[in-house]
Amino acid sequence: MKRFTDLYWRLDATTSTNEKVAALRDYFATAPHADAACALAVLSGGRQMRSVSSGLLREWAAAATGLPAWMVEECYAHVGDLAETLALLLPDPSAAGEGDGASLADVMQTTIHDLRGASEERKREVVAGVWGRLAPRERIVWHKLLTGGCRVGVSKTLVARALAEVAGVDQAVMAHRLMGDAVADGAAFARLLDPAPTDADSRRPYPFFLASALERSTVGEVAEDLGPLAEWQAEWKWDGMRAQIVRRGGDATVWSRGEELVSDAFPEIAAAAARLPPGTVLDGELLAVREGTLLGFGSLSKRAGRVRVTKKILEEIPCLFVAYDQLEAGGEDLRDRPLAERREMLERLVTTPFDATPAGFPAEAGRLFLSPLVIADSWDGLAGLRAGSRARGVEGLMLKRRNSPYGVGRTRGDWWKWKIEPLEIDAVLLYAQAGHGRRAGLHSDYTLGLWQDGRLVTVAKAYSGLSDDEIVEIDRIVRATTLEKHGPVRICQPTLVMQLAFEGVARSTRHKSGLAVRFPRIVRWRRDKEPAEAGTLADLERMIDAGR
Amino acid sequence: MRDLLELTPEGLYCPQGDFHVDPWRRVPRAVITHAHADHARAGCDRYLCSSAGKLVLRSRIGAGSPIDTLRFRESVSFNGVRVSLHPAGHLLGSAQVRIEHGGLTWVVSGDYKLQADPTCEPFEHVECDVFVSESTFGLPVYRWQEPEGIAAEINAWWRANRDAGRTSVLLAYSLGKAQRLAAMVDPSIGPIMAHGAVMKLVEAYRSSGVRLPPIDRVPPRARRVGDGRGLVIAPPSVLGGSWLRLFGESSVALASGWMMLRGVRRRRGFEKGFAVSDHADFPGLLTAIDASRAGRVLVTHGFSEPLARFLRETRGLDATVLPTRFTGESSPDAAEKAEGEAVDDDPETLTEAVEADADFGIGEPS
Ligand SMILES: [Zn+2]
Ligand SMILES: [Zn+2]
Repeated sequence: MKRFTDLYWRLDATTSTNEKVAALRDYFATAPHADAACALAVLSGGRQMRSVSSGLLREWAAAATGLPAWMVEECYAHVGDLAETLALLLPDPSAAGEGDGASLADVMQTTIHDLRGASEERKREVVAGVWGRLAPRERIVWHKLLTGGCRVGVSKTLVARALAEVAGVDQAVMAHRLMGDAVADGAAFARLLDPAPTDADSRRPYPFFLASALERSTVGEVAEDLGPLAEWQAEWKWDGMRAQIVRRGGDATVWSRGEELVSDAFPEIAAAAARLPPGTVLDGELLAVREGTLLGFGSLSKRAGRVRVTKKILEEIPCLFVAYDQLEAGGEDLRDRPLAERREMLERLVTTPFDATPAGFPAEAGRLFLSPLVIADSWDGLAGLRAGSRARGVEGLMLKRRNSPYGVGRTRGDWWKWKIEPLEIDAVLLYAQAGHGRRAGLHSDYTLGLWQDGRLVTVAKAYSGLSDDEIVEIDRIVRATTLEKHGPVRICQPTLVMQLAFEGVARSTRHKSGLAVRFPRIVRWRRDKEPAEAGTLADLERMIDAGR
Repeated sequence: MRDLLELTPEGLYCPQGDFHVDPWRRVPRAVITHAHADHARAGCDRYLCSSAGKLVLRSRIGAGSPIDTLRFRESVSFNGVRVSLHPAGHLLGSAQVRIEHGGLTWVVSGDYKLQADPTCEPFEHVECDVFVSESTFGLPVYRWQEPEGIAAEINAWWRANRDAGRTSVLLAYSLGKAQRLAAMVDPSIGPIMAHGAVMKLVEAYRSSGVRLPPIDRVPPRARRVGDGRGLVIAPPSVLGGSWLRLFGESSVALASGWMMLRGVRRRRGFEKGFAVSDHADFPGLLTAIDASRAGRVLVTHGFSEPLARFLRETRGLDATVLPTRFTGESSPDAAEKAEGEAVDDDPETLTEAVEADADFGIGEPS
């Protein structure tokens, strides 16, 4: 535990990539494998189950410190991070020192994993034991492990780099090994460091190549930045779930971009994939489509979250796979070949294009489709097609350089997202809540409202996309114009106008306004506007059609 | 019956004795707890402060207005109101103002701390009926480490930087904190240097009889200073400017109570922060309030709402919020924001200096 605590604080203390890699390397080279496996799971941000709820912890902390519950809440709202709040509030451990010397793996097992499903009294006993034992700097790390929010600001790429250095293998090999099944124990971690290729490599997908958003998005700018259209392949940008189909040896698997095996959540896709020739890997998008309507990402994540998919779910949320790249054929890695060549091979393998017009949505024709190309003879022509994205239920265009290899991670230059402009409306800040993490203690989550019959009605809760300086300034205004406080939420006098961007509007019975906006976020603080100049509910309602 | 002190648009006022304590506007007679800008405004007709704090106050308000002084625990009478000053432990000469009349005693504590500080007189517990307390760090997450521990941390950081050939730049408020830090660190590690704004007050401290280690002034128009061994003490306002480039490779740390919070330190982009403050931490506030034996407590300057509620619920005290001109809760971000030469602001309490006085009204606490 001490070694991992040291790693945590070493990572926390630096912003330099090299120093972070060095810290990781030192840790992985010296930690016992069982500990290293635990640490890796934590650093990779794998979903950690909460074994004790945050509410219970705060309740117990109130009892342990003798503070009223509201004071613990007040502190939490100010600090913005539960693990840190608790570490700061709890009395110093009775036996002062650096904890009990237990290994990370032991601590994880006995004080975290074993608590799952345990009785409340048992949990409380264990938590109290840890509180009495760990030094404050260990406590904060332990709380983060316990509450499943141990983010330390290291990317998977950095972890792969450090591990590759420790194992003495190529970074790409390590990235590949890190995908797939979690490194569950010391033996698995030892295999990870094996300098020779391993058997389990066979089912692994390739690291996903990720597109970047274009920095400038008018037609003229895009043409200027990307050069001749002939060098580019355009496709729709689907609102689905990125996935790879891996058909090797005896079976076929489906992998999400989160590097999770999702075959069980998408059995119909896995079954269709099994009919592909062995030694095939396809990159594409899972889409949910029912009765000629794209269901969108929300429905898909409902599917992905299931351990077992029932027949009912299969019928409610039918899925298909739209392939846009082929990464392996006949067992051969195609990633270094140019996209145009890979595309030709893909078109020979998957022949039915997925037609993204409502009339063209397939019924039950099959599960594997080809992502169609979007053809235009000029950037202007392409921009014209892009303008129809919303009506098609897509988010805009993907632009891929025809002669580019399939890269790793988010390497800029070859794959671009050219998303459609969001819908926008000016709304008034009504409530503010303190943020977390880097924005801890600052009021940075806002609830915004629009006018209706002379009153402001809340329509969206949005995180601020404003600069740190602006957030600090708004925080001050929020504090000074607070009308009422409800725990961490402040109801403010309506004085601030924000430009709210969102992807669509739909009718909703769950919202007071009767409307729900998709992906709301604040793009600008309209200092130039008075609340009276903000938009109305009727304005928003008119956008329902625009969003279709 | 009228209270001994009342809140007026000018600040706290004693009608019977006709004087203000730490007024926000120009008044005929100002009794000053300490020389930080949110407590001592220039332009009053007459000042009264502790004799220990006179030189520091003079350096802040300029020549012109006369400053009367009282030694600690010595008293003076204004129209039958007895006024005496008692050490607040916040910085050199900082005082609590004890006001007694008609059998009732008020103590306005100003900013205070209970921790040991080699550059000023230790806080003195004064019993009273009504205690006016700050609450800058009035949440239980704020508990300071012992000064020896902090000094050891700063020394270790300085030593490691020196060994790596990096100058150590320690940002701290130029009045009080900077001098305290200079007195806390181990001068055998290397040379200590200070920014001009800090130096001015170092001189005032020395002239007042405070012993400080040798400190060199960073020359105003130098091109390159030091050889990577030194410790430079400077106000946070140097951040973002070119001044820091004088030292070549350096490690910059902020010394502030807000550095207690990891989120604040990260947001402000400091790799290193030292949670050292000249304000009382939460246990310190409670100790001072309890020791005052006051039945009524007015909480101001910080986390006043939660602290007042805590005092009501856990101690049954008549505790309420005393609104200040410095809005709401202190915010860790506005704290050291450079406003030109930020020598005028107490970084840990001053959140928003409302410039124009004209339309400022004292209303209900917001
Ligand atoms: Zn002060
Ligand atoms: Zn102050």
